[in-house]
Amino acid sequence: MRKLGLRFVALGYLAVILVGPLSIVFWRTFEDGFAPAWDALTTPETLHAFKLTLIITAIAVPVNTVFGILAALAIVRKKFPGKSVLNAFIDLPLALSPVVVGLALFLLYGREGWFGGWLNEHGIQVLFALPAMVIATIFVSIPFVAREVVPTLQEVGDEQEQAARTLGATGWQTFWRITLPSIRWAVIYGVILTTARCLGEYGAVAVVSGRLQGQTETATLRVQERYESFDLAGAYAISIVLALLAILVLVAMTVIRPREETAH
Amino acid sequence: MTTFLSLFVALPIAALVWEASSEGTQSFWEAVSSPEAVAALKLTLGTSFAVSLLNAVLGTITAWVLVRDDFRGKSFVNAIIDLPFALPTIVAGLTLLALYGPTSPIGINVAYTKTAIVLALMFVTLPFVVRTVQPVLQELDPELEQAAHTLGASQTTTFRRVILPNLVPSLLSGVALAFAKAVGEFGSLVIITGNIPFQTEVSSVYIFGRIESGDSASAAAVSVVLLVISFVTLLSIGAIRHVATRHDRA
Repeated sequence: MRKLGLRFVALGYLAVILVGPLSIVFWRTFEDGFAPAWDALTTPETLHAFKLTLIITAIAVPVNTVFGILAALAIVRKKFPGKSVLNAFIDLPLALSPVVVGLALFLLYGREGWFGGWLNEHGIQVLFALPAMVIATIFVSIPFVAREVVPTLQEVGDEQEQAARTLGATGWQTFWRITLPSIRWAVIYGVILTTARCLGEYGAVAVVSGRLQGQTETATLRVQERYESFDLAGAYAISIVLALLAILVLVAMTVIRPREETAH
Repeated sequence: MTTFLSLFVALPIAALVWEASSEGTQSFWEAVSSPEAVAALKLTLGTSFAVSLLNAVLGTITAWVLVRDDFRGKSFVNAIIDLPFALPTIVAGLTLLALYGPTSPIGINVAYTKTAIVLALMFVTLPFVVRTVQPVLQELDPELEQAAHTLGASQTTTFRRVILPNLVPSLLSGVALAFAKAVGEFGSLVIITGNIPFQTEVSSVYIFGRIESGDSASAAAVSVVLLVISFVTLLSIGAIRHVATRHDRA
């Protein structure tokens, strides 16, 4: 009896917070069939917004994957002063408000910012353009690969790496043949989380992009713009595409997680 | 690698702190203690605290059901726990408004109220406690609970004396993560709260408004307060982990 009660509470909680609202958006979007949603999605501005989101993600994910693996190796295998500071800094983007991240970059690259004057003299546009949006997205998605790889590296230990080295393998060979294969599922899982975070970034990009329609507007910024222009159908249609991407991410997570756990 | 971190994380934060302090402590204090900023911060901390408590209870129950209970569709339920993480926050806000806003098909309209803030924060923080408590529960031998049962402990006593003590470290770090996330949340609140100063304007939204009106000094000052809260929360999570693993390290 107690068990049933708890099950009821848990499922009710998920229904009220999660499943209910999402179902309504799906229903509202396709209330009048597929055609209106399709029309809302294929406007030039919306297509451009999706393209921009994909470009930013395509840059930020590889950068953070390489960094994440290197950071994890340093945290687990090396001893150096300031290691705990490095640890704290890697986690910071998880706990920091994206708006604060956006403001920090704004102050660095803006016209009166530290780099603003130099960039301006050399005619390089960072703020209110693609570079700042990429940097903001990299910032918010830094932790994910490192956080997945660290525990796996700790569990596999370094005996095999030492053996490889004793047998004459170079550092590079050891990494490609020994280390990377043993952490690959953790890396893939981290890449999936990073991708999800990049696709969904809103707050930091909202501050540094200037939100110029058809120029620096990403898919998430477009959702808000459509909503504020009283185009609910448009906002819902873009949201549905983003939600389907999220579900895709979820499926990938569900498939990969057991592999990652058994790989430990 | 350290260069990467300094360039991408440390330097922007230094610029932020610099901007907040460039006009002296006096103006920093004035910016932080302006009535609107204080109201926003109080609202942020109050709702985040409430949401953390709700998460602690409902998240633990959900984790327990996912580990100890068995029913059809459990693996589906387990998978959707991560949906708030994968779903863009702006979409989260919009979906909540679709069910609990002015056009609600069930006649519940909480748009532009504090309830809406709590709902949105519950949505975005849902995975944290569940995902930190779940693996610990999985490792916990059900025989412990059965033994307590056989020795005459009631279900409440079993939970309080046997299960809970094992969960405390993971529960606390899950709650702390949820709290940090809630304090900084922006995307899901933009649409659903209406951002009414002194009523539904949280700190991140206040900062955004200050930036938009060109007052980056005040924005930076309040940002530094949020930055400190994030740092303290992260450090306490580190401390909890440190204490919790003391037996393993010994």
